[in-house]
Amino acid sequence: MFGLNTKDTRLLLIVALLVVLAPFLLNPFPEGSALAQFNAGYPDLMQRFVIFGVFAIGFNILFGLTGYLSFGHAAFLGAGSYAGVWMLKLLTINVIPAIIISTIVAGMFALLIGFISLRRSGIYFSILTLAFAQMAFALAASVLTPITGGETGLQTSLNDPRILDAASEGGNIPAPSIFGLQMRDSFELSVGEWLFTFNTGYYLSGIIMVLAFYVAIRIFRSPFGLMLKAIKSNQQRMHYTGVNTRPYMLACFVISGMYAGLAGGLMVAMDPLAGAERMQWTASGEVVLMTILGGTGTLIGPVLGAGLIKYFENIFSKINDNLLHQWFAFLPDGMEEFMVTIIHPFIGKGWHLTLGLLFMGVVIFLPGGLVEGGQRIARLFSRKKPSGKDGATTRTEPAE
Amino acid sequence: MDQFILQILNGLDKGSAYALIALGLTLIFGTLGVVNFAHGALFMLGAFCTVTLSRFLSFEVDTGEVMKTAWGTENPVTEPWIYGTLGEVTGQTVIDWAVPLSILFSIPVMIGIGVLMERGLIKHFYKRPHADQILVTFGLAIVLQEIIKYYFGANQIATPAPAAFVGSFDFGSLIGFDANSIIYPYWRIIYFCFSLVLIAAVFAFLQFTTFGMVVRAGMSDRETVGLLGINIDRRFTIMFGIAAAVAGLAGVMYTPIVSPNYHMGMDFLVISFVVVVVGGMGSLGGAVLAGFILGTLESFASMQFVLERLPGINQIVIYLAAIVILLTRPRGLLGRKGVMED
Repeated sequence: MFGLNTKDTRLLLIVALLVVLAPFLLNPFPEGSALAQFNAGYPDLMQRFVIFGVFAIGFNILFGLTGYLSFGHAAFLGAGSYAGVWMLKLLTINVIPAIIISTIVAGMFALLIGFISLRRSGIYFSILTLAFAQMAFALAASVLTPITGGETGLQTSLNDPRILDAASEGGNIPAPSIFGLQMRDSFELSVGEWLFTFNTGYYLSGIIMVLAFYVAIRIFRSPFGLMLKAIKSNQQRMHYTGVNTRPYMLACFVISGMYAGLAGGLMVAMDPLAGAERMQWTASGEVVLMTILGGTGTLIGPVLGAGLIKYFENIFSKINDNLLHQWFAFLPDGMEEFMVTIIHPFIGKGWHLTLGLLFMGVVIFLPGGLVEGGQRIARLFSRKKPSGKDGATTRTEPAE
Repeated sequence: MDQFILQILNGLDKGSAYALIALGLTLIFGTLGVVNFAHGALFMLGAFCTVTLSRFLSFEVDTGEVMKTAWGTENPVTEPWIYGTLGEVTGQTVIDWAVPLSILFSIPVMIGIGVLMERGLIKHFYKRPHADQILVTFGLAIVLQEIIKYYFGANQIATPAPAAFVGSFDFGSLIGFDANSIIYPYWRIIYFCFSLVLIAAVFAFLQFTTFGMVVRAGMSDRETVGLLGINIDRRFTIMFGIAAAVAGLAGVMYTPIVSPNYHMGMDFLVISFVVVVVGGMGSLGGAVLAGFILGTLESFASMQFVLERLPGINQIVIYLAAIVILLTRPRGLLGRKGVMED
């Protein structure tokens, strides 16, 4: 179906189904119960899941297929965000032009940076992209203030021209919408104790993510994708066979940048605000982490990684000491204190510590990410004798 | 002209910090072939060695006396414990000199941290691709800085230089300009001299000791040195410790210039990498040279005269320089041919 083989179609359908049913799946605990804080089925978080999913899918097209580690991808996300807000300010509050323009702007930005950075490979490429991203960040936060809003960020305001829209009535800043349907509109469904929220913005981003995922599958399976994989395993050999790899790399880099811009556009479509901190290199590190955590070079991995990181970020930051005391109340007093003291540094504001440890753990023990972990577990339980052809041994190592 | 000299001087102290960090990075890269993204965190840990020591020295204890306030409430009198052991005058001096004293304190600490890091983590990443090394050390940097944040808080912690070095030196009148035309803080002069001494010490260590000779041999051909029956891994581990100590000392002495905070390492790391690349991957001299050049370049770019014509150039000049260098001279200023050229 859609030009995919059975396996990929199944994967695509599963992802689409998960996106559609997410408001149910992510809200397994009844409202008001003690476990309700683990629910993730509210619009803001679900939007972040799919938007960062798009970002990570795009990053994976570059890093997973070609092995070029870009440490400046957040710059494209930031450029896309700024372009998106400007469209919302100048053109119309309808999000469609904003999303399209932010993708295009990020793509052009990526073309410029890629054209220069791709002259080098390996660690030099990482440092070049990092340098460009830091430059973009520094400029956005200082000199480009008229365009970017500087440190306060760029947002929509009441006196924006919005040339395609009728004058807004009521004196409120109009909220981003798609043909009159506001992004923040939600339909709430109450079933017994459960409360499910269906949010317009979430479904728009969800549909776009499924489309982005579909395009990614097509890229992975195309001759173009095969060429990129060949560049990863041995670029020199490609040169010797007379292939000029530069255009392929550049195309890949631009596509990847456009995905980041798309994510940026979606972000401002949900919440029309863009700030320079989105371009900082720690933000680039985050998307690297998502991809690695999920599984570099796999299709579903980045989406899983993005979801997991955003979920844990949200949950871990919310847990506080009182909650820990509740959980460990069944233990004797001394033990309870002890457990709370041990866990305390990792929760709330200490979420980044957990993130760093997770990062190290994944790189050290599970270089293939969650997907590899899943495969290992599946292999443990499957009756089949492990043959020589399983995932771990067929990974292509670059021949030196 | 006086502006010109002032900017060179301004560039030197920042350049010294860049040079010291880049030197450590290059040592690690040249010996172990590892790209260490946690090096900025080592710089930060060094700075926090100073904070720890100065907090430890001025730790207040009860003297047993009680002081009555104007409202009649009784407050116990406290004083730093060191007054009790060394007397008030000496104790006060020791506290005042906490920053220079932490040099002694931080060397063993930083070498210990470095060796621990190499044995515990980096060792397992020699055979892994550079991307994995970058990622795991990036994770380690996050962990280290979050630990520091947990214990010391997110705010900057002021650690002043000894009172003797507070104030500025009128450099201008010394070389025949008007008085007060070129003023330069004492501590920055000390920082610059300190970094020169440290750099010279590292080079002398590598050049004139047997240990250094073996390490240099190992840098150019690790396998052959190993075949000669020399335990090169152990020496490289020690070099990692030394590189960590160099970064740590750079941090220790930098504390009076910029009050330490938990993310200062990350701020320096990106630039230090740029410095290493500009200097030439694996070239120690190149790292030092590029550090000073880029530091000076940055301070020239922040001159009023330049800023009026090219706003914002001070923020990006280092990156611009790096891009130009990488594209025109791929192996960096002093890089050897064939070392990580592609």
